[in-house]
Amino acid sequence: MTVQVYWEDVAEGMKLPSLVKNVTTRQLVQYAGASGDFYEIHYDKDFAQETGLSGVIVHGALKSAFLGQLMTDWAGPLGALKRLSCQYRGMDYPNQPITAKGTVTRKYQEGEQYLVDCTIWLENPEGESTTPGTATVMLPSRIANAK
Amino acid sequence: MSTPASFLTDEMREQAIGTESQPVTIVVEKGAIVNFAQAIGDANPIFNDEILARKSQSGTLIGPPTFLRSIRAVQPEIPFEMPFERLLDAGSDWDYFEPVRVGDQITAVGRIIDISERSGRIGLMIFIKTLITYSNQFNEVAANQTNTLIRY
Repeated sequence: MTVQVYWEDVAEGMKLPSLVKNVTTRQLVQYAGASGDFYEIHYDKDFAQETGLSGVIVHGALKSAFLGQLMTDWAGPLGALKRLSCQYRGMDYPNQPITAKGTVTRKYQEGEQYLVDCTIWLENPEGESTTPGTATVMLPSRIANAK
Repeated sequence: MSTPASFLTDEMREQAIGTESQPVTIVVEKGAIVNFAQAIGDANPIFNDEILARKSQSGTLIGPPTFLRSIRAVQPEIPFEMPFERLLDAGSDWDYFEPVRVGDQITAVGRIIDISERSGRIGLMIFIKTLITYSNQFNEVAANQTNTLIRY
């Protein structure tokens, strides 16, 4: 089990624990079924190449799901994801590691909510960011709990 | 394939912006949430394990952050001919207000909020920005998704 992170434990500049995903073509088909996104560029190599791609590519939405997991894993059972934003700038391919990473950029309070903003991104095996984004989570506070 | 240097006119932009999609309503099933969590490879018990989820903050299984994509909200129809066959998803911004729980009835409506064009490596690209609002049976907005699609 993961240890619950509290707002007081967080500092700006802190790195989030990375999440490594290795997508198989089987998972692309599984995601197509679960999401209802059956666009052929994600499972039909000939089709993908006809549109000018080098092969099948990972669904953008699946990549955003990985960034969602990066955040919900970190926020833990008492935290909540408030905002998730990402842009699909580069293609990602199956059968190679995709790593979700994040850094805390801002820690602040809004009313009763204890919030943290992060810069998040996916990295391909070459270390390039293919999917930059931002996220905001609400975390539990020890101070607020003690009141 | 040759593409025109420019396609959109101000008139077309005005026509398109504000166009709404037909609403889509679904009831969130347990199996749909678990299938989705498995497909994205997320083993978090609140998305997978009904018994553990019952002891969680939400008191029941909830959908992972991007689960609402599986509702397949209908894209608003562009009110003019679009001579672009190919499609790319450019990204999404999500704002979350309420968890999506098993048994919720979710209605999704999309509205075009911007349309623009840009020339790039792959020729002329049309960027369509759509705001999809997902509301539950209590008329609460569970999430807003701003999605950008590229037609080229």
